[in-house]
Amino acid sequence: MTDGDGAAAGGAAFIELDGVEKVFDVRRKTGFLKRERREVRAVDGLSFTVARGEMVGYIGPNGAGKSTTIKMLTGILTPSGGRLRVAGIDPSRERTRLAHRIGVVFGQRTTLWWDLPLIDSYRLMHRMYRIPDARYRENLDRCVELLQLAELLEVPVRQLSLGQRMRGDIAAALLHDPDVLYLDEPTIGLDVVSKAKVRGFLRDVNAERGTTVLLTTHDLQDIEQLCSRVMVIDHGRLMYDGPLAGLHEVGESERTLVVDLERELPPVEAPAPARVVRVEGPRQWLAFPASASAAGLVAAIAARYPLVDLSVREPDIEAVIAKMYAERASA
Amino acid sequence: MTEAAGTAGPAGSAGAAGVDGPGRPGPRRGRVLEGLRAYGLIAAMWIRSTMAYRTSFVLMTVANFAMTVLDFVAILLMFSQVDALGGWSLAEVAFLYGVSGVSFGLADLAVGSMERLGRRVRDGTLDTLLVRPVPVLAQMAADRFALRRLGRVTQGVLVLVYALVLLDVDWTVAKVLLMPVMLLSGAGIFCAVFVAAAAFQFVAQDASEVANAFTYGGTTMLQYPPTVFAQDLVRGATFVVPLAFVNWLPAGYVLDRPFPLALPEWVAFTPPLVAVACCALAGLAWRAGLRSYRSTGS
Amino acid sequence: MGVGSGRLYAAVAAGGFRRYATYRAATAAGVFTNTVFGLILVYTYLALWEERPHLGGYDQAQAVTFVWLGQALLAALAIGGGGMENELMERIRTGDIAVDLYRPADLQLWWLAADVGRAVFQLLGRGVVPFVFGALLFPVALPREVSAWALFLVAVALAMLVGFALRYLVALSAFWLMDGTGVAHMAWIAGLFCSGMLLPLNVFPGALGEVVRVLPWSSLLQGPADVLLGEADPVGVFVFQASWAVALLALGRLVQSVATRRVVVQGG
Repeated sequence: MTDGDGAAAGGAAFIELDGVEKVFDVRRKTGFLKRERREVRAVDGLSFTVARGEMVGYIGPNGAGKSTTIKMLTGILTPSGGRLRVAGIDPSRERTRLAHRIGVVFGQRTTLWWDLPLIDSYRLMHRMYRIPDARYRENLDRCVELLQLAELLEVPVRQLSLGQRMRGDIAAALLHDPDVLYLDEPTIGLDVVSKAKVRGFLRDVNAERGTTVLLTTHDLQDIEQLCSRVMVIDHGRLMYDGPLAGLHEVGESERTLVVDLERELPPVEAPAPARVVRVEGPRQWLAFPASASAAGLVAAIAARYPLVDLSVREPDIEAVIAKMYAERASA
Repeated sequence: MTEAAGTAGPAGSAGAAGVDGPGRPGPRRGRVLEGLRAYGLIAAMWIRSTMAYRTSFVLMTVANFAMTVLDFVAILLMFSQVDALGGWSLAEVAFLYGVSGVSFGLADLAVGSMERLGRRVRDGTLDTLLVRPVPVLAQMAADRFALRRLGRVTQGVLVLVYALVLLDVDWTVAKVLLMPVMLLSGAGIFCAVFVAAAAFQFVAQDASEVANAFTYGGTTMLQYPPTVFAQDLVRGATFVVPLAFVNWLPAGYVLDRPFPLALPEWVAFTPPLVAVACCALAGLAWRAGLRSYRSTGS
Repeated sequence: MGVGSGRLYAAVAAGGFRRYATYRAATAAGVFTNTVFGLILVYTYLALWEERPHLGGYDQAQAVTFVWLGQALLAALAIGGGGMENELMERIRTGDIAVDLYRPADLQLWWLAADVGRAVFQLLGRGVVPFVFGALLFPVALPREVSAWALFLVAVALAMLVGFALRYLVALSAFWLMDGTGVAHMAWIAGLFCSGMLLPLNVFPGALGEVVRVLPWSSLLQGPADVLLGEADPVGVFVFQASWAVALLALGRLVQSVATRRVVVQGG
């Protein structure tokens, strides 16, 4: 992503966190009327910077502090401590001013108008954000073309498929030319074709507009195909910050080939480094390096065993991170 | 609402948005105008949404109207058995009912959806409002804006007209002027109650029903003469949650009835002040609630 | 019905009870609101009975008791909404109802069990406190014999059946209407007015009074109240309530079979 690198070299940090903390008071029921108060540090002294035009994957297990961070970056939550700036603005103090500079897509919560045609939601954005007419039209045309929304503009949102709605949501978040785009699980629940469309579009937006993108995801392929940089957060702290390749080195990820054989058989003999990790009746699970091709492995098995059905499971972030921790602990 | 909002953007800084961050239109007045404009935009969207289900819209409007009609029928039935309630005649009670109904109906139309705040906090959709460049209060107030609520206003107007036809009011200029002032101030007071109750939901998300005690309960109480209730209840409705200023006090002046709690006559003209004060307090409560949400995230 | 299915519906009812029991703040809020409404109504009734003692055959204490009884039963019988009907309509609207149809249980009994669980919780959690509050602060007319209270509880149980049967029919309308909330609102209003929630039905004058007293809604509040206040023959009230319950539940089954045939034809 040469575009992003250039901006990073030339410009100051666009997103800046310095020792940011967020402490929640959690009240837990311990009896019929008894409650126990406990402090939870959702984000614990987080510091990082993101340059203008970077595209960063922000990952970690559930409850690691990802969404708390995003909420602080968008001004929804006020940090308990530390310094936070987005485009030079303190998000919690100037939330509405910041709103003009950022776009937010909440993966499973659409902000589109359920019972109205898609275009109506865009018209509302046009007026709510006071987007100049010419610019609105230009941005809308681009989104419609690249996200293939032309046929969908007059369709009520409730009739759209999940993938179509996600594309619609992403367009809605970009009409006002935000400098930063926050995406929370942008490909969750989408089919392969929709995922590819969404990823392709995000790459284009980032390359052409220099829009800074921060995305949280459980899908490793999102990161592989989009982000030159990954940040891993857990227990509110930054565990890793660097290129995805580095993460792979720490914990080489594996894909899984699931084969259904005609009958119960002993574990198949697969060419190394693939190996059987689980057998259940006629179904067997084989692990192999994510970087290796599945085709060769499938061919080798099909040549020697009565194969009925098969599927390949992609490694997910959780698995990669779990492996990363395991290897750290043993090191 | 939409007309008031205008297209050009009364705050004047339309073009500035987005280029280098929007110029902030003058601090307080600007925010109020921004809020009203956003309210108009969102309310218009909801009106269009409702039109997707026309049958239901018609039924709901009729239901809203019928609900309040039966409410008044209950009072008519009471008066089929007695000539006066707490010393007030049917026409006088109808006057109280009409004023309370119109005031409450207008407030319900304008901000009645605020009671959904708790639900939005629970399911996390409040966050989607917080990333927009317009005041959250305006977005929340316009949420699920429903024209069907005009049913209640209509019924209130009809009862008020019925009362004015029956009554033999000794009209003066002051009394005539007091009528619209009373209705609008009453709407303002009820709006403040709605907003304050919503602010309370930031603290207790499941307790949206508490609001009903003050909103629906309040308007029900105001349908009956103050002489019916215990003095402490009237005191509470005057000095704690000042609902008495919606109709009991100004209506007492119009109808030349003795004031509850032996209050002086000039209090009949204070509803606008009370409404402004209530709205200001409700605004503060809202800000405190939102601040607490933004620091606790729940 | 076998022992196994009896156990199933008991579990569904217990689930309904527990589900509502988890919302403590909502329950407290409901208690508060019911108490406030009770206060407002009680003063208007006191004024009314001051003006006309023995109105509708009640004395002042009986009228006061009627008010607090209404507040105690309002949520349990979901007279003004808040029962299972919203959820059932939502399931019909979204098509999730198809899942329910494939369950090895009777649709109507399933929802009845869940609603009874909810009603019992609402009665205990939301009804008792306002009633006790009213009984302590105002002059009430309550029976001393345990048998009278037992008869009252039978009337309340029958009221739950009638209340459910009515709301089940309302919910099924969602099979034909895209959005059934309008119908639901109409039904709630009819319920509030015709059950005696706004004014005891014995106060309704002339022909109107005679009509509302034979409608099913009078089983909800007027029936149990008259049993508790000793103003009606309990057996007569039970027969009246049970007749409506059987008729409405049967009608519900009929509508249900027509509606589900539609779902099957449409392919879910």
